[in-house]
Amino acid sequence: MTATHYNDKVVRQFAIMTVVWGIVGMLVGVLIAAQLLWPDLLPPYSFLSFARLRPLHTNAVIFAFGGSALFATSYYIVQRTCHTRLFLDKLAAFTFWGWQVVILLAAITLPLGMTTSKEYAELEWPIDILIAIVWVAYAVVFFGTIALRKVKHIYVANWFFAAYIITIAVLHIVNSLAIPVTLTKSYSVYPGVVDAMVQWWYGHNAVGFFLTAAFLGMMYYFVPKQAGRPVYSYRLSVVHFWALISTYMWAGPHHLHYTTLPDWAQSLGMVFSLILLAPSWGGMINGMMTLSGAWHKLRTDPILKFMIVSLSFYGMSTFEGPMMSIKTVNSLSHYTDWTIGHVHSGALGWVAMISIGTMYALIPKLYGREQMYSVKLIDVHFWTTTVGVVLYITSMWIAGVMQGLMWRATNADGTLTYAFIESIKSTYPYYAVRLAGGTMVFAGMLLMAWNVWKTVAGRTTTADSPVVQPA
Amino acid sequence: MDIGTVRGLITAALFIAFLALVFWAYSKRRKADFDELARMPLEDDPPVKEQGSKTP
Repeated sequence: MTATHYNDKVVRQFAIMTVVWGIVGMLVGVLIAAQLLWPDLLPPYSFLSFARLRPLHTNAVIFAFGGSALFATSYYIVQRTCHTRLFLDKLAAFTFWGWQVVILLAAITLPLGMTTSKEYAELEWPIDILIAIVWVAYAVVFFGTIALRKVKHIYVANWFFAAYIITIAVLHIVNSLAIPVTLTKSYSVYPGVVDAMVQWWYGHNAVGFFLTAAFLGMMYYFVPKQAGRPVYSYRLSVVHFWALISTYMWAGPHHLHYTTLPDWAQSLGMVFSLILLAPSWGGMINGMMTLSGAWHKLRTDPILKFMIVSLSFYGMSTFEGPMMSIKTVNSLSHYTDWTIGHVHSGALGWVAMISIGTMYALIPKLYGREQMYSVKLIDVHFWTTTVGVVLYITSMWIAGVMQGLMWRATNADGTLTYAFIESIKSTYPYYAVRLAGGTMVFAGMLLMAWNVWKTVAGRTTTADSPVVQPA
Repeated sequence: MDIGTVRGLITAALFIAFLALVFWAYSKRRKADFDELARMPLEDDPPVKEQGSKTP
C-alpha cells in the first residue's frame, strides 16, 4: 500500500516544541549569566544554584531546542526527498512523546542534583535507557523511510542525518555504560583517564554529529530551497561529508590537553582538529555559494539572512576551534571564558540561527500559509539575534584572554602575580556585556513565539500535504 | 610485520580511499546525476498550489 500523504503532524509537533524549548533553554541561560554577575540573585536553594542550573541550560538548548529542530527537519526532509510518507506513524509519534518525557525528566532530575557529572551526558541511567530506546525508534523511522523511497538516490541531507542518527546512538550507549547503585545514582564502567577519554570522545562527537552534521543536513535542504537555487557543488558535498565524519571521530582528545592523557593522544587530537578545518569549510562554502546568482535576495529575505549569517558563524567557529586545539593556544584558552565564547559562537551563531531561519521557512508551509504572519518581525529578530551573539562572543573572547594572561602571570621570584579572585573581579564588566547579549537573543525568541502564534492562528489547513510524485 | 608497518599501511589505504572518493565525485560520468541531485530540494513542491495562497 502506498500512502498518499506525508506525515506532517509529527513535524508540526516538533517544530512548535522547538520554539517552546528554545525559550525555556535560553531563559535558563540568561538566568545563569545573571547569576555570574550577581551571585546572590536567587534565593539560596540548592536547586537554584548555578551548578544545578547550568546543566539544565545546556541540556535544554542542545537536546530539547536543537533536538526538536532536528527531529522536525529530518522527518520533513526525508519525506520530501524520498517522495514517501514516514515509515510507521505510531513509532514516529512515540519518538515525539518519548523525547518530551526525556526532556521533562531532565528538567526535574538535574536541578535536584541527580547527575553522572559527565558534561552533556549528565542524565542518570534510567533516563539514558529511555533515550536509547527513543533513539533506536528514531533510527527505525528514518531508515525505514529511506528504504521506502521512490527515487534512486539518497539526497545528501539524508546522508548527514543518517550519520548523525547512527553516531549519536553509538556515542550515547558507549559513554553511558554504567553500574547502577540506586535508581538515581550510577558509576561509569570506565576507570580514571579512560573515562575522561571516552567522555570527550562522546562530547566532541556530540558537537561533530549532533550540532554539526545534522544541522548541515538541515542546511543542505533549506538553504537551496529558500534561495531557489540548486546546491552549489554536489560533488563537494559528497567529499566533505566523508571527510567530515571520518575526521571528527579523532578530535576529542583536544579537550584533555595537558592532563594525564598520554601525550601522543593529545597530539593526535590536535592534528585531527586542525585537519577538520577543511571539511568544515567545505560545508560553509557550499552553503554560501548556493546563493550565487541570488545574492540580491539577501536584501529582502530575512530568512536567508538568518541562514547565511549562520553559515558565517559556522565558518568562524570552525576556524576558531582548530586554532584553540593547538596545544600552545589551548594552554592560554583552556578553562577560561574564551571556551564559552567559542561554544556560543557555534551554538547561537550557527545552530540557533540556522534553526530559527529554517523554522521561519518551515512553519508557514506546515500550516498552509504563504509566509510567516510578519516578515518585518523576522527582520527585527534577525538583528537582535545577530547583535546579541556578537556582544556575547566578543565579551567572552576578551574575558577569556584576560583570564588566561592573568592566571599565567608570574613575578620575578616565581610567585603568581594575581590571586584567582582578582581575575573574577576583572571579568565582571564582561559578564554584564554577555548578559546583555544573551538577553537580546532571548528577547528575539519571544518575538518568534508571538510571530509563530499569529501564523498558526491564521492557519488554512492542518491536513497532511499530498506526496509529490518524483519527476 | 610490526605494528608500525600495519599503521602505515592503514594510513596509506585510507589516503587512497579518500583520493578514490575525490576522483569518483569529480569524474565526468557523475556530473549529470549530481546536477540533477543538486536540484532535488527545489523539485518537491506540489505542482499546483492547493491552498489558493491567502497572504495577509
